[in-house]
Amino acid sequence: MIGVGNDARGDDAAGLQVARLLRDMLPPRILVAESSGDPMHLVATWSGAQLAIVIEAVSSGAAPGTVHHDVSPRLTHPWQGSSHALGLADAIALAAALDRLPRDLHIYGIEGADFAVEAPVTPAVQAAIRETAQAIGRRLKTIAGGTGIQTNFASFRRHPR
Amino acid sequence: MTHKTVRLGGLSRVEGEAALLVRAHDGRITDLQLNIYEPPRFFEALLRGRSYDEPPDITARICGICPVAYQMSACQAIEAACGVDVSGPLRDLRLLLYYGEWIESHTLHVFLLHAPDFLGYDSGMAMAVHHRDHMERALALKKAGNELVATLGGRAIHPVNVRLGGFYRVPRRQELAPLAEQLRRAREHAITTAAWVAGFDFPDVQHDYRFLALRHPDEYAILSGTPTVSEGSTFPVQQWPAHVVEEQVPYSTAVHARLDGAGGYLVGALARYAINFDRLSPLARAVARDAGLEDVCRNPFQSIVVRAVEIVHACDEALRVIDAYTEPDTPAVPVEPVAGTGHGASEAPRGTLYHRYRIDENGLIADADIVPPTAQNQARIEMDLHELIAPRLDLPQAELARLCERAVRNHDPCISCSAHFLDLNIDAR
Repeated sequence: MIGVGNDARGDDAAGLQVARLLRDMLPPRILVAESSGDPMHLVATWSGAQLAIVIEAVSSGAAPGTVHHDVSPRLTHPWQGSSHALGLADAIALAAALDRLPRDLHIYGIEGADFAVEAPVTPAVQAAIRETAQAIGRRLKTIAGGTGIQTNFASFRRHPR
Repeated sequence: MTHKTVRLGGLSRVEGEAALLVRAHDGRITDLQLNIYEPPRFFEALLRGRSYDEPPDITARICGICPVAYQMSACQAIEAACGVDVSGPLRDLRLLLYYGEWIESHTLHVFLLHAPDFLGYDSGMAMAVHHRDHMERALALKKAGNELVATLGGRAIHPVNVRLGGFYRVPRRQELAPLAEQLRRAREHAITTAAWVAGFDFPDVQHDYRFLALRHPDEYAILSGTPTVSEGSTFPVQQWPAHVVEEQVPYSTAVHARLDGAGGYLVGALARYAINFDRLSPLARAVARDAGLEDVCRNPFQSIVVRAVEIVHACDEALRVIDAYTEPDTPAVPVEPVAGTGHGASEAPRGTLYHRYRIDENGLIADADIVPPTAQNQARIEMDLHELIAPRLDLPQAELARLCERAVRNHDPCISCSAHFLDLNIDAR
């Protein structure tokens, strides 16, 4: 479970905040990580995983707080306009080149409204963050309980929070 | 009469966002503007009125790539104002954390941003398909740096374990053992990387740089040191405001800095290397020599080799610190607020990062000043571009544009605090 974003840019923190909520909800054997979107960090984090879930803020023109479920990782071309030079689409391309994509990669997009420097997270996005964390928490508990997911992240488990 | 305009909107493989405009007329450059979309000095205003112990956490949010640099410069500036000197094992742990950030940041730039320029790929991702062994090495290096930052900083991004006077929690000696094992392998990867990038085909370019970097009596300065200019002058960090003056330029939200009245000086890897070559670890010095570097490197395209050498140094020194580590008696020394002004500077991966804070009698920040490396380098990058393309204006437009992009990327400019959200086209699903 990887939340991607930037705490200093308003609703861009959505993915990180979902990760922080999930860290307290999930069994410790499921890795919960935060990322600034650095492709190498993302690839190293999900390498060897059966399932990786990535949550990131999106801007598509939909209503703020809209949650886009299971965005396809293959459709990277619309993301080229990302205001950050490197990000999730690059991570997917890098992982594909190195055969380091997780067996299943699910991407949740939370529609943001305000990405200004140090803007507060807008109320609709705050609600979406809570709802997304709860939905993913339920989904992961079911999967992990049923199949006994094995993660390959022992070295990343030192995150103390 | 011929006109030529090169316009690059959104330079690829530069952290954040930037744009470049070059106009030429009759074979002469008439206008050259590097426009970096750096957010205004929002954070300096944000800090005013906050408690004296908040800047390390607040300023860490300015950059997702180098939060440790912001934390270290902030801590040292406030500690200086409060008359506290952090030394011994606590300073060593700060060094270790900073080496982790250097390894992470330099690895990202060397492999994903810079190397593709020399091997003819549009991106690091395209390069990975044909250079898988190198990219696997990059991931191992990245992971080693990441582990250092996560272990000492509390998490891999925006570290939360740093505080004035030291840390909230310090690691037990046995916690560092697995990091050392990983770093030993990373060091070998870094040596291989330096040899690899040294073999690239570098454009024959030399610039007459005026360098500025910190210099430390015992270390290749990263955490602290005395600002030193390549012609030999030095000044204490407390006198930074008298030597480095920032000015607004009309076409950019970033400011340009002047050093002792003259613009266009350079901070960053080339500057550190030129001023501190003799302070590199013996291994890193030997790797530099094997890579064909002299004591000073003035070819900005070869900065990729210098960064590789700095990764070797960071791995090597991190191992030395871990080997000598003794657990401190306390995770932090007390830092009580004292009204006054403090200055701090450290070497962020992209160059010298200066902070100044004035603390009032209530322990609140009355005034803050942050001078990041990219603002200092912006004028010099424009000069690089001018000197590089003026004799090459007859090149085809696309080739000229590509050369400009490469010239900017040479200096690893960081446009702080960019947002990361996906610009999503739902219809394409």
